[in-house]
Amino acid sequence: MNTHADTMNDGGGHVMHKDPEGAKTGMWLFLFTEILLFGGLFIIYAIYRGMYTEGFHHAAGELNILLGVTNTVVLLTSSLTMVLGVSALQRRKRGLAQLYLAATLLLAGTFLLIKFFEWGAKRSHGIFPGMEHLHDLPPGEGVFFNLYFMMTGLHGIHVIIGMIVMTVVYNRIQSGSITHENQGILEYSGLYWHLVDLIWIFLLPLFYLTA
Amino acid sequence: MESTTTLSAEYAHEDHEESHVVPDRTQFNVYVILILLTAATVFASVKFPGPIGIGTALVVTPVKGTLIAMFFMHLKYEKPVFVIMFLVALAILALVMGLTILDYLHR
Amino acid sequence: MTESPAGSWGRTGSYLDGPSSRTGLMGWLTTTDHKRIALMYLAAMGVFFLVGMTIGLLIRLELMQPGEQFYGAKTYNTFFTLHGVIMIFLFIVPGIPAVFGNFILPLQLGAEDVAFPKLNLLSWYVYMAGAAIALTSLYAGDSPPDTGWTFYAPYSINSGGSVSWAVLGAFVLGFSSILTGMNFIVTIHRLRAKGMGFFRMPLFCWGLYATSWIQVIATPVVGITLVLVVMERLLGIGLFDPSLGGDPILYQHLFWIYSHPVVYVMILPAMGVISDILPPFCGRTIFGYRAIAISSMAIAVVGYGVWGHHMFTVGMSDTARWVFSLLTFLVAIPTGVKIFNWTATLYRASIELRVPLLYALGFIFLFSIGGLTGLVNGALSTDIHVHDTAFIVGHFHYTMFGGAGIGLFAALHFWFPKMFGRMYNEKIATWAWGLIMVGFNTLYFPMLVLGIMGMPRRYHDYLPQFQVPHFISTVGSWILATGIILMIVNLIRSARKGRKAPNNPWGATTLEWTTTSPPPLLNFATLPEVKTGPYDFSGRKPGQSHEEGAS
Repeated sequence: MNTHADTMNDGGGHVMHKDPEGAKTGMWLFLFTEILLFGGLFIIYAIYRGMYTEGFHHAAGELNILLGVTNTVVLLTSSLTMVLGVSALQRRKRGLAQLYLAATLLLAGTFLLIKFFEWGAKRSHGIFPGMEHLHDLPPGEGVFFNLYFMMTGLHGIHVIIGMIVMTVVYNRIQSGSITHENQGILEYSGLYWHLVDLIWIFLLPLFYLTA
Repeated sequence: MESTTTLSAEYAHEDHEESHVVPDRTQFNVYVILILLTAATVFASVKFPGPIGIGTALVVTPVKGTLIAMFFMHLKYEKPVFVIMFLVALAILALVMGLTILDYLHR
Repeated sequence: MTESPAGSWGRTGSYLDGPSSRTGLMGWLTTTDHKRIALMYLAAMGVFFLVGMTIGLLIRLELMQPGEQFYGAKTYNTFFTLHGVIMIFLFIVPGIPAVFGNFILPLQLGAEDVAFPKLNLLSWYVYMAGAAIALTSLYAGDSPPDTGWTFYAPYSINSGGSVSWAVLGAFVLGFSSILTGMNFIVTIHRLRAKGMGFFRMPLFCWGLYATSWIQVIATPVVGITLVLVVMERLLGIGLFDPSLGGDPILYQHLFWIYSHPVVYVMILPAMGVISDILPPFCGRTIFGYRAIAISSMAIAVVGYGVWGHHMFTVGMSDTARWVFSLLTFLVAIPTGVKIFNWTATLYRASIELRVPLLYALGFIFLFSIGGLTGLVNGALSTDIHVHDTAFIVGHFHYTMFGGAGIGLFAALHFWFPKMFGRMYNEKIATWAWGLIMVGFNTLYFPMLVLGIMGMPRRYHDYLPQFQVPHFISTVGSWILATGIILMIVNLIRSARKGRKAPNNPWGATTLEWTTTSPPPLLNFATLPEVKTGPYDFSGRKPGQSHEEGAS
């Protein structure tokens, strides 16, 4: 894969350096695509919320506020441990950084577990995409639930991807390929994780609190 | 390394600007504020469902988002270009969302 | 990037030869060199273009006479869907950015490569994967997709064709587009040569910059929309299905939120190409450099607010319709700024009429027709008459093909000597240009007439009163295809056997012409420094225009 990289040094002392700011710019651009990806769903939510105010209100009443709020606290805490992990590595405290990263992973797992039970409970009541029962609900309620599953589902996929990335980063800190001088990947996965948190911050009121 | 290209000279210079470490204390305070704001939103929407609850969420949620972006995501400490790009992306989303809603509002 | 030592080959040899350690096909498939990746895009896109063109010819053949000639309505639906999907997603959207953006952007900026070379290679593989998935739809399922390239709900939800595959292919292709866009933005932000401020960049770079932002911001919206269509087909989530409480018009909104801005992804780089071609053949700097640069960004921004003009007749609210109509007219302003500046550049210039300039002039002519017929669609009252007629088909072929397509041909003839290190036969190229221009107008102008007469688009059959324009149009398709094939044959032959090209055959001033033709792997012997704007002809003497070392 590195035909080109091989020749990046022409023997005359011209060495291409890594460009952290460029990489960070790229990461932010990627985050924008994520925002717009969810943005499309937010647009759909806004339109149907206006169209089916009543249906949304009733359907939202079926969601468990306690679980939603718990998960918010879990994710916020995981964001904190993530940010502390990044700064720990920057201060050359490798073990501490790994500890924080493990905590973040654990919290992410907790989030998914709670989500799993929440979805399961809904499913046992016949509320799940593809189930006939959704079609019999009053106008708008089926739309609400389908949207709920699409948005939290897409968010859940992002949580899973985040966990995979964090596991990789954890191992690479262990093996020494991510260090305080070379912590870009940790920092970018942190950015990603905060974005996942940020999106959940918006999902909470939309589905649990104010509909 | 002394005979490096202009490009690499630039990068080498900026490598040193990168390592701005935010005190853990600051991040912890941000976290506490975020939790309190969440509590406030939940309280408002449970106690006063309807306009007050919705209004609170509508105001508080973007504030929470801004805090996360500024502190956890370091935007406060980055070059202005990052903030500008972020705002451009949000503005475009707001524009397309607004125009779509405009259609449905006047049906 | 590893820092292993290598010889001086990377700065002197041709990128086409490759290092001795890696030759043959693997040298191409594993390359991270932006120039080789560009040629891989060119090869793939060339094949898809020929397939799309063949299907287009078949469509015209069927429409030559009323009644069924060669195949039935179902096949016809499949054909126009495939023609659209291939030409839009596989050819014209990646089009100029993927080929010429990749090849020329780093050269024009004075950089050694794009910011993320490996990501660049990944984009190519994602593109190929997307193409493979999209073409799988031909054989998967009971029948090929028949929805048109727009995948409008609710038909796309209910159609028996293998829509899911086509939709999934478009989704993956979107990924490739996003990756390329991200790469270019970071490249422009970080890898400009010393002394090259934003307002010293060539205008092609400005076009790509605006384009890349659209790719990054708009593509995800259609991504999620297409995912929802697949979900709709798999699970019946009902978000776009009126029988389940969904609103199909919302699908159209979300689709065009991406797909209108994306027409600027097609046209903005082409406009950049034209802005770069005019100066060397006029022997003077471009008129209104800043205005052209800023107008690219203005088009990109305003372009986000005009998508509703695709939906004037579907039942949008009146308020939304006049707002969208107004915004649509606003886009004409930055577009007009460009056209007038190009004309002003040509005015009293010492014009040297060579092939790239011919294509550039062809672009301005055809795109102006496309733009002006666009105003007919942008105005509410006239749009109701021509909506969903052949007029629309004529209009968007004038903009997309006459604009972006001819822009791509122009770029090909302008940068060909740099890319392959050889000149092409200009006489044959001129003939091909003539055939293309005549064929193009014979093919598409009758469509404008047909539309005003009332011929609907996407119809397999028609009333006898429409026959004459349809017949002329089909004859035009043969002329156009002959011209295109002549052009391709000429270029392929010249790439192998043409006479060696000088470093700067057109006497142009931008940085890509300061290096050898073809460039070495690392682009420049020594990285350039910039002291003036991009089109500074002050050092050039009269009559020196196509001589070596003019700049």
